[in-house]
Amino acid sequence: MFDDFFIRALVAGIGVAFVTGPLGCFVIWRRLSYFGDTLAHSALLGVTLAFTMEFNIALSVFIISSLIALILIQLQKKTNLPGDALLGLLAHSSLAVGLVVIGFLTFIRFDIMGLLFGDILAVSVDDLLIIWIGGALILLVLKLIWKPLFASTVNYELADAEGLNPDRAKAIFTILMAAIIAISIKMVGLLLITGMLIIPAAMARNLSSSPQSMVIYSIIGGLLSVIIGLFTSLEFNTSSGPSIITAALLLFILSLFKIKQSIKLKN
Amino acid sequence: MSTDQNILVKLNDAGLQLNNKWLVKGVSLQVEKGKIVTLIGPNGSGKSTTAKIALGIYKKIDGSVEKYTHKVGYVPQKISIDWTLPLRVNDFMVLTESLNKETIDEALSLTGVIHLKDKNLGDLSGGEFQRVLLARAISKKPELLVLDEPVQGVDFTGEIALYELIKKISDELSCGILLISHDLHTVMAATDHVVCLNGHVCCSGSPMDVAKNNEYKALFGEQASQILSRYEHKHDHIHTDEGEIKKN
Repeated sequence: MFDDFFIRALVAGIGVAFVTGPLGCFVIWRRLSYFGDTLAHSALLGVTLAFTMEFNIALSVFIISSLIALILIQLQKKTNLPGDALLGLLAHSSLAVGLVVIGFLTFIRFDIMGLLFGDILAVSVDDLLIIWIGGALILLVLKLIWKPLFASTVNYELADAEGLNPDRAKAIFTILMAAIIAISIKMVGLLLITGMLIIPAAMARNLSSSPQSMVIYSIIGGLLSVIIGLFTSLEFNTSSGPSIITAALLLFILSLFKIKQSIKLKN
Repeated sequence: MSTDQNILVKLNDAGLQLNNKWLVKGVSLQVEKGKIVTLIGPNGSGKSTTAKIALGIYKKIDGSVEKYTHKVGYVPQKISIDWTLPLRVNDFMVLTESLNKETIDEALSLTGVIHLKDKNLGDLSGGEFQRVLLARAISKKPELLVLDEPVQGVDFTGEIALYELIKKISDELSCGILLISHDLHTVMAATDHVVCLNGHVCCSGSPMDVAKNNEYKALFGEQASQILSRYEHKHDHIHTDEGEIKKN
């Protein structure tokens, strides 16, 4: 069944959507979209490292992204530069360094486009295992830290005062972000991963009235985006990442009609 | 039971310095079971900071804070819910602890906002939101309640009712309350111990002691002092050392 590259891509994409749905909600709630971008950009460095040392791509991306997150936390403590400047600094410098390193690796043939925008032809059975097992682990950990993470998202001091240890939840969530980037890079490509996190969640916000329903809508939005996007990619021979994100955008635009209605009802 | 076992939180000469500026310095106080301790003082005098020190929100403090309970309910001074977060009153009630429906309903009824249960937090008025905050804090039956201006924006009759509720909670749950309030009338009527802050502890003691204090008069003016002394005349009973109430 998994012999067909398209089935593999579909199964992989569905696995990714189940994880990006809930994580994406937190990215929006905690205003982390640029942070996600920074981790994703640094993933290129992880990929090059994997190729030079003949190492597993997902694992190496995970390590490099976590490392970049750690560096960011240190920089935030040690300098007075504003957060967005630090994120930009890390995002672009890690992308640049990654591209320069690729330039040196002339002995390896690189599909840069595939890395940046995703390639459904590249998904192997091993990747499927990584996505589904890794994804299940991410969701399990997220469920375990849901209470402190969500409470501190609503109000940090309240969560801290009532003994929920928000700092630990935040640190674990950062690792989960690095992990989702690592497992979804082949599907969506590193330039568009944040789109996969944000757009379905933004659509879900327009449709939901509680955090739980937003998570569910976000997952559904992600699943639809993946399915529609991948069929489009197959049909028109477009890159998988942009096709998925375009589908997500269309769903978001549709969701705007719903919110317009509810605003009208209020008035 | 000795007094020591009743202590829920104790600040020893606690203070906080931020960017070489003292927000508050040298605060010693303790909150005991069933007692209401009120912090008063002008804006910027370090009331909220002191409450946060007691809660353990600030990690790098001067002096020390000893906390003897984990069951804490907190009503922060300010809380803003971002539009991106769809949150109903019902969801907010279980933010830090899972509660059953009866407990949630009971707390919301006590603060008079049960009818808002399914409303979005963003759609509430300031006073309604404040009632929800208080309901959430008391619903988990805490041992220590920290209330930072819990009735701000609440209408006049509601204010009195909520202060009565706070007093009732302190008695019934025998929980200790650290209260920050601007309303000297109510503070003095229901408080066991008053700490008057102005960057440091300017004076403290029973409401009557504080009212007579010269530093307090200097800080709040002669009028404020009269407000307090009025309560002195309203008392028609005295508390004996054994805790009994005797009519005058």
